[in-house]
Parts: sequence; structure tokens; C-alpha cells
Amino acid sequence: MSEVRRFLGDARLVAARDLRIEFRSRVVVGQVVPFALLVLVLFGFALDADHRTLRTFASGLFWVAVLLSALLAVHRSAALEQSDGTLDALRMSGLPPAALFIGKATAVFVQLVVLEVVLLGGLLVLYGVQVVDPVLLVVAGLLAGVAVAAAGTLYGALASGLGVRETLLPILLLPVLAPVLIGATRAFDDALGAVAVDGWAWTGLLAVAALIATVVGALAHGVLIED
Amino acid sequence: MAGRDERPGTTGSRGSRLLGCVALASLVVLGVLAFFLTGPDVRIHPTTGEEFGQFDAVRMLYLHVPMAVLMYASFMLCAAASVGVLVKRTPWWDVMAHSTAEVGTVLCGLVLVTGSIWGRPVWNTWWEWGDVRLMTTLVLFLLFAGYLALRRTTTDPRRQERQAAVVALVAVLDIPLVNRSVAWWENRTLHQRSTLEELKIEDLTLFTLMFSFLTFGLVVWWLTLQRFRVGWLERAAIDHAVGSAIADRRSETSADELDAAIGVTDEQVGEASP
Amino acid sequence: MGDRYRGGVPVVELRGAVALLGNFPALAGVDLTVESGEVVLLRGPNGAGKTTLLRLCAGLIRPESGSVEVLGHDLVHERRSVRRRVALLGHSTGLYADLTVTQNVYFWARAAGLTVAEATQRVASALLRMGLSERLLGQPVHTLSAGQRRRASLAALVVRRPELWLLDEPHAGLDQSGRDVVDALVGDAVAAGATVLVSSHELERVAGLGPRVVTISGGVVVDDTGPADGGGPRV
Repeated sequence: MSEVRRFLGDARLVAARDLRIEFRSRVVVGQVVPFALLVLVLFGFALDADHRTLRTFASGLFWVAVLLSALLAVHRSAALEQSDGTLDALRMSGLPPAALFIGKATAVFVQLVVLEVVLLGGLLVLYGVQVVDPVLLVVAGLLAGVAVAAAGTLYGALASGLGVRETLLPILLLPVLAPVLIGATRAFDDALGAVAVDGWAWTGLLAVAALIATVVGALAHGVLIED
Repeated sequence: MAGRDERPGTTGSRGSRLLGCVALASLVVLGVLAFFLTGPDVRIHPTTGEEFGQFDAVRMLYLHVPMAVLMYASFMLCAAASVGVLVKRTPWWDVMAHSTAEVGTVLCGLVLVTGSIWGRPVWNTWWEWGDVRLMTTLVLFLLFAGYLALRRTTTDPRRQERQAAVVALVAVLDIPLVNRSVAWWENRTLHQRSTLEELKIEDLTLFTLMFSFLTFGLVVWWLTLQRFRVGWLERAAIDHAVGSAIADRRSETSADELDAAIGVTDEQVGEASP
Repeated sequence: MGDRYRGGVPVVELRGAVALLGNFPALAGVDLTVESGEVVLLRGPNGAGKTTLLRLCAGLIRPESGSVEVLGHDLVHERRSVRRRVALLGHSTGLYADLTVTQNVYFWARAAGLTVAEATQRVASALLRMGLSERLLGQPVHTLSAGQRRRASLAALVVRRPELWLLDEPHAGLDQSGRDVVDALVGDAVAAGATVLVSSHELERVAGLGPRVVTISGGVVVDDTGPADGGGPRV
């Protein structure tokens, strides 16, 4: 039991550190969130659309914006461990890699939730969508957030950990997240009343994806940051 | 990596040449079977008497289906080899994982292309976004394209073999999704549940299909073997370069230089260098 | 953390250690034994392999061949149990630029497994020992000078009370008082029974502690004066 408590304590330590760094540097709030809103606006320009078209595509555009912004957030999270020997220091600290993974993924998750909330506000205001099923919306949004944060943290460690080029992150991560994109979009379609699909079934898929990403990430993180 | 068996600078051997010839001959036989001996898929509607079916397009069966099955096989081998990398840490597994992933990705690309060509006459579209199997196969292709991109980022295989193994193991998680998608999302795919059940398959058609599995099995075996040997020679070349670099490094300690710099006698240098 | 090694027990034992950086053999077969309580000064020309040797002893690099034992553990298979007991001061600081000095040092103390109370107490005394003024402690690390950062990263190592110190050019880029702090730290460590491997161009600075001098060049040990005064310095 104390093993578990120690593990969670380590994870919390790391999550608190990452969030404290974000709180002090405001990179995600100051740069990533505005970027996400910008993407929403660009979709509006590009589709040259009236509210009806935008409402039809709202959930897809929302999740594409989330994924693109998540790439930045993940990159930022991974870059923290790249700066000035901090990764070596972490490896020397004896923190279990799984706890490190859970901590970092939690911090990314919190940032993604903030991002999703702001983007949702953008959808309501800019695209004029209406929320039909708020419970489904919240559950699907949180589960997809877990999946994106976990997979992103794992691949972020890969793409920054040992000198692999950073341009690799999108092409490795986005295909992995494709099922999450599909599931989250369908669930939001239902929650926003855009398309008649069974959103809860897709939310089940998101739950499975979140679980797999978290477990695989916790197991594999040590391999990626060690050597 | 001492004790590496030093092969001559070729990827061919008597066995693999024979295998290549047999595979080539089988391809010719398969061509004859598929294009001339088997008939087109023509069925007569029982009530109206109209002809329907896939006609000549059904011949794509002998390309598309064996390639898809062998793609699964290659990726599963890649997954197994990646587990080997993580557990054993020997270069054999890593070269194996790389080879099977590369062959599998080529097959995956061909499956997508042949599927698209087949889809045009049969489904009346090159590409169907709503088809889950098509989507999951595309994702699989992209995942392994990423894997191969990762493998190209450095010439030092030691550093990335374990990372690559993780990426491969994550990528193969998509395989059950591809394979089961037709059953799980029955109404979201144009793919048949199982070709063998749905198509009206005659004896010769069935034989040709089985023969195509065998033929492409041989081709894929040959390709993987060749790719493995290329990879193995690459590793041997790197090991050789490292080995001579170590020897150079040991002899780089010139006694004169050191004497000038720190005043060490030749005798001590001799003792300390093994 | 338990068992401290007493004199005569090897803390570091390298046999034929080869380490690669990419495909370049930075270490081409190093044999080196360091006993408990010794202070070993590593020297050699640039590119000799000093940094790689220290990183190898820290378990950050996997030996390509040969064996590496640190604190009685084989570093290939049991790195994790060793690392917490080893401190490596490299060329980088290991500090998060956006956090304050105190936040950084406290984080590393907690990461090393100290309880909140232990960490709080040790962080305060380590920061004091490193001579960082009260005013600096609340500032983000990126506003500090290189010398102040070096002190902060030393503080982050001191809190762990390591049994083996690996110091890579600890004096580089420090002013006089910074150098004195490093020397005092080595003195403290030795007094506490720790073992120190230090690479430095400044032989005379560490010579006061009567260290054994090991010269490496071309990735091998070319000269080893052996344990100074017979059994390593005891203060």
C-alpha cells in the first residue's frame, strides 16, 4: 500500500512541477490556447461558411484544433526535460519512469482540459452550436483528453528524449490519435445534436483508447527515457 | 558485438536463389491461373435472369487478399521481433523487426492500392471514407510509415532500437482493429465479412486463391530474407567501423604528445594500455 | 540507503569498459578502481573521455563492452538502485529555468525520495552552504548568472547526501568565491566518508585534499599515480 502511495506521491510531485512551470511561464495559456482559437477562426475563413455549415462540421473542426494544439502542448511538456540536463537529472533521481509518465501526462491532461473548455466557448460563440447532451460532451471530452495526453506524453518522450528530430512528433503521434479523433468527433456529433449517432458507443471506444494509452505509456516510458 | 558471423558481401545464397526462382515460377503459374484458367464472377439472377456479379474484377481477389494476410503476418512478426529487442537486446531481433516492418509497409501500401483499384468497378468508388476497414488500414500504413521515418533518423542503431520497438508495438495495436472492424462495425463497411463465405467460390477459384497465398508467401519470404541480410550487413559494417575506431582510439595516445603535455613515461603508457 | 562503504572496498570498478558516443568510442577500454573515501582527480586533454567516464559511472551511458560496477552494483542491470546514491555535476545545471532556485532544489530533494520535512530542512541548509543569498532564492533560475546556477545545482545534489560524487569540471566558469564553495563541498563530502571523482584542469585546487591523479587520453587510462599516501585521504 505504501508502494502505491509513494508512486502516486511521485506522480503528483511531477505533475505539480509541470503545472507550476506552466503557471510561471504561461506558454500553453499564452500561446497554445490562442493558437487553437486561431485554428477555429481559420476554419471559418477557409470554409467561407454560414453557421449551418460550421455547425455541421463543428465537432470535427473542434477535435482537429485540439489535436494540432495538443502537439504544441506535448512538445512543450517534453521540452522541459530537454532543457539544460534535466532529463539526466531525472534519470539520476531514481524517480520511477512510470510515475514520471503519469505525472507528466496528468499535467498535459489538465492543460488540454483548459484548452477544450476555451475551444468549446469558441464553438458556442463563433459557430453557434448548441449543446444537446452536456453529460456526453463532458465525458467524451475528458476521456479523449486522457488518451491524447497519455499518447502524447509517451511520444513526446520519444521525440525529444534522445536526440530524435522533433519534426518526427506529428507523424508518429497523429496516426496513433486517429482513432481518438474519430471517436471523439462522433461522440461530439451526438452531444451537439449535429448527427444522429450513438455517441455513448463511441465514448466507450474513447475509454478503451484512454486506458490502453495510459497503460502502454506507463510501461513503455522507462524504455524511452532510459536508452 | 563480438562473434558476429562475417558473411561475404552478398545477400544471396544458394537457398535464397532457389527460393527466388520458385517464387518467380509460382508467380507465372498464378498469372496463368488467375487470368486464363479461372472464370469471371458471373451469376444469373434466379428470377429476372439478369447477369450480375463482379465479372473480371473478381480476379483482384488473388492479389488483394493474400497481400492483406501477409501484411498481417509481417506486422505480427515485427511485433514479435520488437518484443525480442526489448527482452534480449540483441541485433538479430532489431534487424528482424526492421525488415518485417519494411516489407509489411510495402504490402500495406499495395493492399490499399489494389483495394482502391478493386473498389472502383465493384463499389463504384476509388475511396470510401465511411469504410472502417479502409480507414483502419490507412492508419496502420501511416503508423508504420512513422516507424520507418523514425528508423531513418540516425545511423546509430543501438540508440533507437528500443524506441523503435515501442513504436512498433503501439502500431500493431491497430491490427485487431483492422481485422475485427468488419465484424464490429458491420454497417459501416463495404468489405465482405469473409470472402470465402460470401463469394460463390468454385473449386478452381478456391484452388487459385490458395495458390496465391502460397505464391505471395514465397515472395514475401524471399523479400524479408533479402532485407534482413541487407540489414545484417549494415550492422556488420557499423560494428566493423566501431571496432576499428576503438583500435584507432587506443593507439591515438601518442606517447610524445603526452610526455609533452603531462610528462608520462613510455613505460607507464605500455602498462596501462591493454 | 544504508551501507556506507569503508576503506578498501571498491566504490567504482571499471574493467575494460568501452563506451560509445554514437559510433565514436569515447572510452576504448578503461580499467579503473576507486576505493571508498578516495578523491580521484581525472585529467587529460580535451576529448580524452573524461566526461564520458563520469557519465558511465553515473549509469547514464551503457557500456558497449566491459564491466562497470558502482557501489557494489552492476550498472548494466541494476542502475536504478545505484543512481540515487550517486551525484553527477555535469556541464549542464539540471535545473528548470522557469522555477525558482528553492523550487528547483526542493523538487530534486523530493524526487530523491525525501519526505516533506526532510526536504524542507535539507534544502534550507544546502542553499545556505552554497552561499546563495536570500534574495536569489525566490528568483527564477533563468535570471541567475552561470556561477549562481552552478551553486544551485550543487545544492540540488547536496540534499541527497550522495555516497559517490562525480564532478565534471566543477570549477569551470566560477569566480573565486564559487571555486572556494566547490572546494569546501569536496572537503565536506570526503569528511562525510563519500568518494569523489573530479575532472579538472586545475590540479592545484584539488591537490590540497591529497588526491590520486588519474590521467586519461584517447579513451584509456594512461597514468595512475595510485592511491595517494597509501590509503586515500582521510581528514
